[in-house]
Amino acid sequence: MSEMVCDNCGATDAVVHLTQIVNDEMSTHHLCEKCAAEKGLEAAPESNMPLIDVIAQMTEDAPGEDAQASDRECSFCGLTFADFRKTGRLGCPHCYETFSDQLPRLLRRIHGEVKHVGKVYLPPDPTASEMEKRLEGLRRKLNRAVQSEDFERAAELRDQIQALAPVRCVSIS
Amino acid sequence: MNDFEAIPDHGLAWMEASGEYADIVLSTRVRLARNLQGHAFGARARVNDREAVLRHFRQSVERSQMLNDGVLLEMSEVAERTRRILLERRIVTRELLGEEGGDPARGAAVHFSNRDPVSIMVNEEDHLRVQSLLSGLRISEAWRIVDLLDEELGRELPFAYHNEFGFLTSCPTNVGSGLRASVFMHLPGLVLTKEISKTLRGLGELGLTFRGLYGEGSEVVGNFFQISNQMTLGRTEEDLVDHLDRVVRKVIEDELQARQILLRDAGGVTEDKIWRAYGLLRYARSLSFEELMNLLSGVRLGVSLKLLPGLRVYSLNKMMIFTQPAHLEQAAGRDLTQAERDAHRASYVRRILATEGDVSADDNGSAGAKRSEQL
Repeated sequence: MSEMVCDNCGATDAVVHLTQIVNDEMSTHHLCEKCAAEKGLEAAPESNMPLIDVIAQMTEDAPGEDAQASDRECSFCGLTFADFRKTGRLGCPHCYETFSDQLPRLLRRIHGEVKHVGKVYLPPDPTASEMEKRLEGLRRKLNRAVQSEDFERAAELRDQIQALAPVRCVSIS
Repeated sequence: MNDFEAIPDHGLAWMEASGEYADIVLSTRVRLARNLQGHAFGARARVNDREAVLRHFRQSVERSQMLNDGVLLEMSEVAERTRRILLERRIVTRELLGEEGGDPARGAAVHFSNRDPVSIMVNEEDHLRVQSLLSGLRISEAWRIVDLLDEELGRELPFAYHNEFGFLTSCPTNVGSGLRASVFMHLPGLVLTKEISKTLRGLGELGLTFRGLYGEGSEVVGNFFQISNQMTLGRTEEDLVDHLDRVVRKVIEDELQARQILLRDAGGVTEDKIWRAYGLLRYARSLSFEELMNLLSGVRLGVSLKLLPGLRVYSLNKMMIFTQPAHLEQAAGRDLTQAERDAHRASYVRRILATEGDVSADDNGSAGAKRSEQL
């Protein structure tokens, strides 16, 4: 899109687009941030802060800790914390172990939480405790489906629980 | 090469305008990000990682009831224009296709189910992106479809999962549930009554985020907004989905109220705007995509308010999708310059309005609209 010129001062960075209806007349004004502020208007809020900026800001918060972390390298994929800071992307599942000291702080910033409470994944060869967690998760979903009277969903979940139950007996015995 | 014959619904079922509030909510998307143990994520994956991921995925497809009679397209085997059409139909991402003008990375693929409205991108930023794209407001339905497929795939594939962090993803903004639910909405009432900033700010406070139609950093044109959950960790999938659904219903309520205020306080201007937009679309000989989107916004509002009773929302959706560059070039059978594209776009829109929109522009305005509604 071409640059918008501010209707008020002629600057080429009009960011506020004001549509007014006065006396049954609709008009649109383009204003730069400064002129908009003078008129008591503000730009629509940014959707969200880019992740890289969040990470950069965090490392400013704790520079000493960051210097140590920068040297750390994932033994599986070779990603360093400095690489992560540049791209905002982790390299492999193992990175979550490698940077387990730094990540919770970042995750809290992004999500407000650090612990997963959603679906419990059951690997193709599960242990008894993995199975128990998984069943717990399914039962919670089932309760919720019953409460909201979504019986089709509840039947699906009941089938999933039943499919797991015999396997659980084997693993317990 | 026409690969679309193989794709269920040609990847277009989401624009059929069938779901709840289809005039305001164009589409609902729910996707899950999943990765396999023992392989580097997208950006750091080597060719052998990518090929192994695709191989494992193919094996799991054979055992999946939802996928086994579906269609897998490897991006490197799909014609360049077809790839761009898939992008314009929003069933693949720029990330999956790789650099513009370059070749897609090895192993990049998309698989369509033949039974359910669900597809999987393979070797995108994450190894798998399971997604369901539906018409109208249908968040819990889309979630349920991806959840069922995730169950099937999880029984076959060793997902990267951590007791503390949940499903592990390339970007920490997706970790935990890996779930992103989004709705694509048309909110002209809130924009025209200047309530939109407040609405969008409110979304941030509620843990939701918004953006334009065509991915990150794009301009919001035509009063179209995509609203999605921001957090993925520390909440159950059902909470995330229900929360978005509740907030979106509130936004719809506010939008409907704003439209009533517009009609009450500026009915004449609003109706005039709508008819002017219709007139331009009906007769223009050249239209940029941005101009089209802005005019379609006015016409869409008119259809919602029953001021343009002959037009269907489905036709409006078609005019948004089939007027994008790769679609126009496909129809023309050749590459087009910018000026040619604008002319072809205007011509397509005129044809749709002439054949699918039985709008009669009589003097009585909304009174006339009411009359034809009764017929």
